[in-house]
Amino acid sequence: MSRITRRRFLRYSGAGLASLALTDQLAAALAAQEGQVTVGAVYPLTGGLARIGVAIRQGIELAAEIVNSNMSDLTLPLAAGTGLPRLGSRPIRLVWADTRGDPATGRAEAERLIDRERVVALIGAYQSAVTATASLAAEAKGIPFLNPESSSPRLTDRGFKWFFRTGPHDITFTKLFFDMMEELKQRRGARISRIALLSEDTEFGATAAGVAKGYAEIHKYTIAANEYYTSPPSSLTAELLRIRAANPDAIIGANYLVDAVMIVRTLKEMRWFPQGFMVHAGFTTVPDFLSTVGRDGFYFLPRAPWALGMGKGKPLVSRVNELYKKKHGSDMDEVNARAFTGMLTLADAINRAGSTAPAAIAGALRETNIPGSQLIMPWQGIEFDNKGQNRHAAGVLTQILDNDYKVVWPFDVAESQLVWPVPPWDRR
Amino acid sequence: MELFLQAAVNGVVLGLVYALIALGLSFIWGVMDVVNLAHAEFLMLSMYATYWLWALGRIEPALAVPIVLPLFFVFGWLTYRLLIRHILRASTAAQIFATFGLLFVLRYSAFAAFGPNVYGIWQQGLGGSVSILGTFIATARLVAAGVALAAFGVLWLFLQRTKPGKALQAAAQDRTVALALGIPVERMFALAWGIGISSVALAGIALSPFYQVSPTIGDAFLLIAFASVVLGGFGRVDGALVGGLAIGLLESILGTLISPTFKLLFVFGIFVLMLLFRPEGLLGQAR
Repeated sequence: MSRITRRRFLRYSGAGLASLALTDQLAAALAAQEGQVTVGAVYPLTGGLARIGVAIRQGIELAAEIVNSNMSDLTLPLAAGTGLPRLGSRPIRLVWADTRGDPATGRAEAERLIDRERVVALIGAYQSAVTATASLAAEAKGIPFLNPESSSPRLTDRGFKWFFRTGPHDITFTKLFFDMMEELKQRRGARISRIALLSEDTEFGATAAGVAKGYAEIHKYTIAANEYYTSPPSSLTAELLRIRAANPDAIIGANYLVDAVMIVRTLKEMRWFPQGFMVHAGFTTVPDFLSTVGRDGFYFLPRAPWALGMGKGKPLVSRVNELYKKKHGSDMDEVNARAFTGMLTLADAINRAGSTAPAAIAGALRETNIPGSQLIMPWQGIEFDNKGQNRHAAGVLTQILDNDYKVVWPFDVAESQLVWPVPPWDRR
Repeated sequence: MELFLQAAVNGVVLGLVYALIALGLSFIWGVMDVVNLAHAEFLMLSMYATYWLWALGRIEPALAVPIVLPLFFVFGWLTYRLLIRHILRASTAAQIFATFGLLFVLRYSAFAAFGPNVYGIWQQGLGGSVSILGTFIATARLVAAGVALAAFGVLWLFLQRTKPGKALQAAAQDRTVALALGIPVERMFALAWGIGISSVALAGIALSPFYQVSPTIGDAFLLIAFASVVLGGFGRVDGALVGGLAIGLLESILGTLISPTFKLLFVFGIFVLMLLFRPEGLLGQAR
């Protein structure tokens, strides 16, 4: 039946591959000729993380569109005018590569984009593990790599010259809690001096507790108790009894969902609650947490990198979200809000570099100084430290109020009044 | 002092709950010398059953007892007929692998059926806490402790005062002689599995009002159940009670007074010492 011999197959496929390579080269050459500036984006577009990868893609494409078209009514970098003004209004062109969520593929794809697509910079790659390998390719080849959303603190501790991260990492989240308490003391005269830590005992909890101890020392808080447990716990009564006996003003928790539920129940049994209870994760797993504990889960303070509710205090957030929603029918989320911001930061640097030379772009990135008013993030701005980490990257604190997660801090973007101290159990 | 009292009260209640979980394990172990590594998975499944009855039918955990217990009795019976019967005379290693395999089958079936999500009952008649000697204890926990004591009592009465109970003991002591006396040993063993699994299902129901369920929740209880059985005395039903209480008290008192981080270290440190110096357990007699 089949007329295709092996030789013929090889000849055809060889020709096909050659022409494919040619069109690739041609497209790259054409892009350069037409004056487009090519940026490579490396994300998990298929596989288990595809849903997140596609949302990120939509966020980044929106950012590129805002740069390329004239949207002078938005106070975002490069929204006014078309394209990159210092490069003769050349537009940004995005080339996408699929990591499939795999570190090795991520690296290979980053190399392909650099060698074949001649990208001037890369953005990616969501997962910390993939960002680590993909940025290795960029570092080796001397191409700037901008990471908007990976949270491992180690990524910016590698001494890389071409790596920049706009978003917060796991350590910055802990800083949030202390910044908020400091402001509470100053503005509302809150009396907070004793802190208790309650953490699960693997990397996540142990790191969070270690960082919290460091910040407590800087801000002169007493660590009244520091308890670890193995998750899932069969009981947390001993831990919480000890914490209650130490009488802390506030608790900082690094717990998983199962633990979070147990904490709520045990506190209620003990009929005790500190002034405030700040938490890293677990309590934010929507909708499992609230559907399991109901009203008893109110008043906890989970941290979040971004929340749509900020739009009340920061209209720019709602404006951008409207644009996004019109296109995709859904709201932006905390991941693609960070990706969107990363893309704008990169475009801003390429523009200021006034050139597509990688070294010039990296130099411009180092001098980045975007004020917070031009961002949809709750940050004071974007400025990179000498490790390539945005020194202003932070998050927001939400509080669970009336079955919802409301932004309560920073106060200027808050949508609800922060409840501190939390009312006792019998007055809720 | 108040802290100690609170820790002790918590310890007794926690210990009784541990004992109830260990009861079925100890019972099956005692009757036919089979270590059921999948024990805590039955606990997990009964917690799901209780949860779904509550979530879909608003059936309170207390009312779930007459529905869930017979179901798990049949479940235990079938487990014996379909799996355990075939490995009864096999080597210990084969028995361990079989029940270990059962653990994975049950756990990942739960994953497939319910996903990795965490579910818990949060509106039921047993909310709030009561005050004992100036300490607070959740009503639901207190009820669970009461259920545990009742379960031990009922099982003791069954074994000592009823004909099937005595037959069961005979089958446990010597299969051949029991057979010669006309005791249907096979049926007795299936009965033991039915009782063992429904007693752990009872523990699941009692836990449900204050403990949430997810497919891996068995991990929190399996080791503790084993330690209870070993500490109290292998294969003795009252051993599970003593062992569970000992572990609950150790964990709660030492954990609260010294450091909760090491509460399991205290428990298993004493467990190891026990194995070294009194391997027959607190209640066991040296063989």
